[in-house]
Amino acid sequence: MSTETTPVAVVEEKKKEGLFSKKNLRVLRDPLDDTNPVTVQILGVCSALAVTVQVKPAIIMALGVTVVTAFSNLIISLIRNTIPNRIRIIVQLIVAAMLVTIVDQLLKAYMFDVSKKLSVFVGLIITNCIVMGRLEAFALAQRPWPSFLDGIGNGLGYGIILVIVAVIREVLGSGSVLGFKVVPQWLYDMGYVNNGLMMLPPAALFLIGIFIWWQRSRNRKLINAS
Amino acid sequence: MKIAQKLLNSVRPHFKEGGRFEKLHPAFDALETFLFVPGHTTSQGVHVRDAIDLKRTMFTVIVALVPTLFFGMWNVGYQHHLAYGMEASLVDSFLFGFWKVLPIIIVSYAVGLGVEFIFAIVRNHQVSEGYLVTGLLIPLTMPVTIPLWMVALGAIFCTVLGKEIFGGTGMNFMNPALLARAFMFFAFPAYMSGDIWTDLSPEAGHVLVDAYSGATNLVTFDANFTKLPSAADMFWGFEQGSIGETSAFACLIGALILIGTGIGSWQIIVSCVVGVLVMGLFLNALAPADMPTHAMHTPAYYHLLMGGFAFGAVYMATDPVSAAQTETGKWIYGLLIGMFTVILRVFNPAYPEGVMLSILLMNVFAPLIDHLVVEQHIKNRKKRA
Repeated sequence: MSTETTPVAVVEEKKKEGLFSKKNLRVLRDPLDDTNPVTVQILGVCSALAVTVQVKPAIIMALGVTVVTAFSNLIISLIRNTIPNRIRIIVQLIVAAMLVTIVDQLLKAYMFDVSKKLSVFVGLIITNCIVMGRLEAFALAQRPWPSFLDGIGNGLGYGIILVIVAVIREVLGSGSVLGFKVVPQWLYDMGYVNNGLMMLPPAALFLIGIFIWWQRSRNRKLINAS
Repeated sequence: MKIAQKLLNSVRPHFKEGGRFEKLHPAFDALETFLFVPGHTTSQGVHVRDAIDLKRTMFTVIVALVPTLFFGMWNVGYQHHLAYGMEASLVDSFLFGFWKVLPIIIVSYAVGLGVEFIFAIVRNHQVSEGYLVTGLLIPLTMPVTIPLWMVALGAIFCTVLGKEIFGGTGMNFMNPALLARAFMFFAFPAYMSGDIWTDLSPEAGHVLVDAYSGATNLVTFDANFTKLPSAADMFWGFEQGSIGETSAFACLIGALILIGTGIGSWQIIVSCVVGVLVMGLFLNALAPADMPTHAMHTPAYYHLLMGGFAFGAVYMATDPVSAAQTETGKWIYGLLIGMFTVILRVFNPAYPEGVMLSILLMNVFAPLIDHLVVEQHIKNRKKRA
């Protein structure tokens, strides 16, 4: 790999750049919209389908993924010049797995009910494509600080989609947000019924699809040239 | 007619470029071409001239749907009066059903066309006739007791996510009307299955008869197929079910109209039937001998008469957009629809309406089937060359 060339470039840039330079801010901000991990990179969709029935697990999941992406990016970026290219995937997996285990244990210790709801999906953050994708695409070639920001940005970008989808699914599917009733009783009395489809995973797929549709019609940068 | 023409001519300038309502011109266009033969002529290139355009195609399907619609309306009234043990004349039953079904149709058309018009105006394309058929198919696949706002939601869902999102009529890879039904089946299961098939609005001086049971044939046969109504009853359609699906006879008339006019593909209809029979006979052969009432023992031809198979095979599977296009592909497509229908009905009591799910599934696979057929054809030609 380009282990010999990158440090040179790094030294040069280091002199010019502040912590929150324009470029670093873009690294943090882009994943929220222009390069959103779920709707543009189409990563981490499976967990987005699974944990968005209610808002609370979605928020916890988003935080978990943010922590894992941010710190695994940071760690991998710190040791990127010493990782042999051939076994880099294994090294990335070990780092991600360690962080996920920490998150999992924290959840079990302090939020047992949420941890039960998220069940296997916390453990599956290890295989969440966002984590590996960002490690491969960004952290392996960038300095630690931008990598850390990139991790946070992508985690939040994932989180935004998760929360939006979860809010819609919980409001339409069970008439509540975070457990509080938002659909008034008189509406039920008039014959309104909760939408059962929203409780099923395909609903998240529809909603993400609609979100992508809306995003592309708004953000011209994303429209393919073909 | 002349008056309408004059009126249209007088308001036309407002919808032309630079006019006051320029933005709304797709809506105007749709209305005008709906009433009169369009006045556009082709300006370049060679075009095939044919009397049959999209509008006429769609209208033929509407005509083919009329038998099922009328029979469905009558059956709604018949089932209602049967449940209360009342004697009612043919006209009484029909009128009762007419007033029950009409609001569903109106809501379906109003909402669906509304969505189409909005999209046409926002995207500046023409309003197409695709919704004419979809708008009638949706009510026919619903139970008569369905709340109207659910119909509206289904119509919105199918027009936006089934059609407009892919570019409008002709671009949908799934049948929009079935999509609406599938949406409502999963979104409001309590209103799409169970004891909801007969309109039980109270009748003064009458109570429900003891023999009344809300179960449709598809539910009955999973428990004990010998309790099904006679094959003749199922063929004519004196049974409970969605508005349009009960009568295989009415669907047969529709099928003849569709095949006679060349709108529907007879290959698809025939292969659906063959698929059902093959799978039905196969399951009969495998059926456990020590359980004489097991669903697998159901005579194969019962599957043709029960539930929505006839309706689905005639009006849904033949949808020219979402079906397979190649000749061989059509046979494979239809056969698999028939087979999956029987498999779903027999082995998955949770989703009794197997024909809906199997048509949607095969809609997804239709392009793949076509691709494989074409590839195989190329291979064969190469071998010969």
